[in-house]
Amino acid sequence: MRGLISYVGRNRSLLVGTLLLLALALFVGIGSIFVDTEDARALSVPSLRPPSWEYPFGTDRQGRDLLAVMIAGTPLTLRIGFIAGFLGVGIGAVLAFTAAFYRGMTDTVIRSIADIGLTVPGLLVLIVIAVSIKSSLTVNEMAIIVASLAWLNPTRTIRAQVLTLRERGYVELAAMSGMGGPEIIFRELMPNLLPYLAATLVSAVSAAILASIGLEVLGLGPMDSPTLGMTLYWVNFNAAMINGWWWWWVPPIVIIVMVFLGLFFVTVGLDEIANPRLRKSA
Amino acid sequence: MQAVYIAKRFGVFLLIIWLAATLNFFLPKLSGQDPVRTKLLQQAALGGNVQAGMEEMVKEYNARFGLDRPLLTQYGSYLYDVGHLDLNYSIANYPRTVKELIAEALPWTVGLLATTTLLSFGIGTLLGALLAWPRAPFWLRYMMPPLWALHAIPFFLLGLILIYIFAFQVQLLPMFGGYSPGAVQGFTWAFVGDVAVHSILPALSIILVSIGGWALTMRGMMVTTMGEDYVVFAEAKGLRASTVFLRYCVRNAILPQTTALALALGQILSGAVLVEVIFGFPGIGALLFQAIQENDQFLIQGIVFTVIVALGLATLVLDIVYPLLDPRISYRRT
Repeated sequence: MRGLISYVGRNRSLLVGTLLLLALALFVGIGSIFVDTEDARALSVPSLRPPSWEYPFGTDRQGRDLLAVMIAGTPLTLRIGFIAGFLGVGIGAVLAFTAAFYRGMTDTVIRSIADIGLTVPGLLVLIVIAVSIKSSLTVNEMAIIVASLAWLNPTRTIRAQVLTLRERGYVELAAMSGMGGPEIIFRELMPNLLPYLAATLVSAVSAAILASIGLEVLGLGPMDSPTLGMTLYWVNFNAAMINGWWWWWVPPIVIIVMVFLGLFFVTVGLDEIANPRLRKSA
Repeated sequence: MQAVYIAKRFGVFLLIIWLAATLNFFLPKLSGQDPVRTKLLQQAALGGNVQAGMEEMVKEYNARFGLDRPLLTQYGSYLYDVGHLDLNYSIANYPRTVKELIAEALPWTVGLLATTTLLSFGIGTLLGALLAWPRAPFWLRYMMPPLWALHAIPFFLLGLILIYIFAFQVQLLPMFGGYSPGAVQGFTWAFVGDVAVHSILPALSIILVSIGGWALTMRGMMVTTMGEDYVVFAEAKGLRASTVFLRYCVRNAILPQTTALALALGQILSGAVLVEVIFGFPGIGALLFQAIQENDQFLIQGIVFTVIVALGLATLVLDIVYPLLDPRISYRRT
């Protein structure tokens, strides 16, 4: 335990990232005890009040309490990110391990699909999917739409890692001692890649949040859910910037920046664990 | 061998186009909505008409638009149309065609993207190279943490902040549009200058966010390259520091950067779409936003298809040029 604490002390990026995300979790956790998140719905409070004692974050034009919106919306946005990120890395890892371990035709097909898919602008494909489904989306449906492209990047990066690992001596030894393919993958390769998989997961979550916010700002999100991206959509829709309603857009921007910075620092920190050569000498 | 490589690469390009067209055709079908029936029902609801003859009308219109043919025949004729760049009419802007609308918006986006990508790639790569170089000025190191932090946030978010600072508080730069309202469009100095002033903030929000990423990867490559024997040898020969830096280190470290550039184009474009929406910049992104607001399916599909083809073309060119930059990579390896 002491070793862990002193390590985190040295791994500054991991520390900063975790602290940022913890601060958000505290904000949401404590906030949901004291604030009624029902006020995040439109028409529940007087509209366009600047911050005051009664409404610390002010209210928006459609009569939402912005503090309640932030408290209800932050977990929703994170949920989209985590569902899509987990699905993406899960599918990506399965494909990557199969491709890199068995090579041959399977590898060629999987690699080509991932490579081609990555050159296509993801947001635009997601837009076509979202527009085609059209009927007002729920938060979970959003997550699944985003996940439909979230596996491309993990597949590519994990495959490259497995390719370098499978040439190692202990993998050959395992094969010679009669271990089957899946057994080698789960017992020899997976454990060695865990930190790397974790880093991939965090960056996939971040990418998924970015994609979901993009869809929402374009007006393709869950219209009745107060996610961070939908808040920005209403900010843009009502031209809050030009009208000087600063309290409307400052909180979502601050929270989104905190989410992305937090996830970014955690990725850098995990990379440092996965790749010890990056470590700073203590 | 070159011909084989280029043919192969071109095949991939055609494959991308075919996939994009297929996606556009089948995705809306999957939703199970009958466009003719939906439209007629809407109109019946608006006019309060009786439903008599509705089924006949649905049949009649489906026949007229060819929607009663087997799916594969429809798909074939769709591919034929797309192959001839016939992207249909815009529903919301009838009788204007999707092609016309895209042709108007495309130069704006291409201009914005080309400028910002080249600038951020150039500045970021140079910065990254200097960061790894021991003789670089020390103050450079203090520039990096803020740039890395910026790299983690989306383009359009920085755009919003820039709008607030430079257009709302200081009122130094215009906050909206690609040119002043009422400006006469054309290749006059006045108009070009007007466009340039309007492009500063959108461009800045893309450039400032991108630089950090390019600097980060370039620095990593430089560190590896500087450990190579030939760099040590060049220094031992007593070559000038600038020669070692530019011709030995940067020249070699920059190659993976260009591959990364080809891969990043799609992401940059996705981000730029939102920047255009925030700034009301009259490019593809703003057009797409408008199409989504008006539920103009054909326009949305046309834009997505055009962008995928354009990006496919860009990566094709980069891939073909790449072996010229790096003689170690022969055309034989794909």
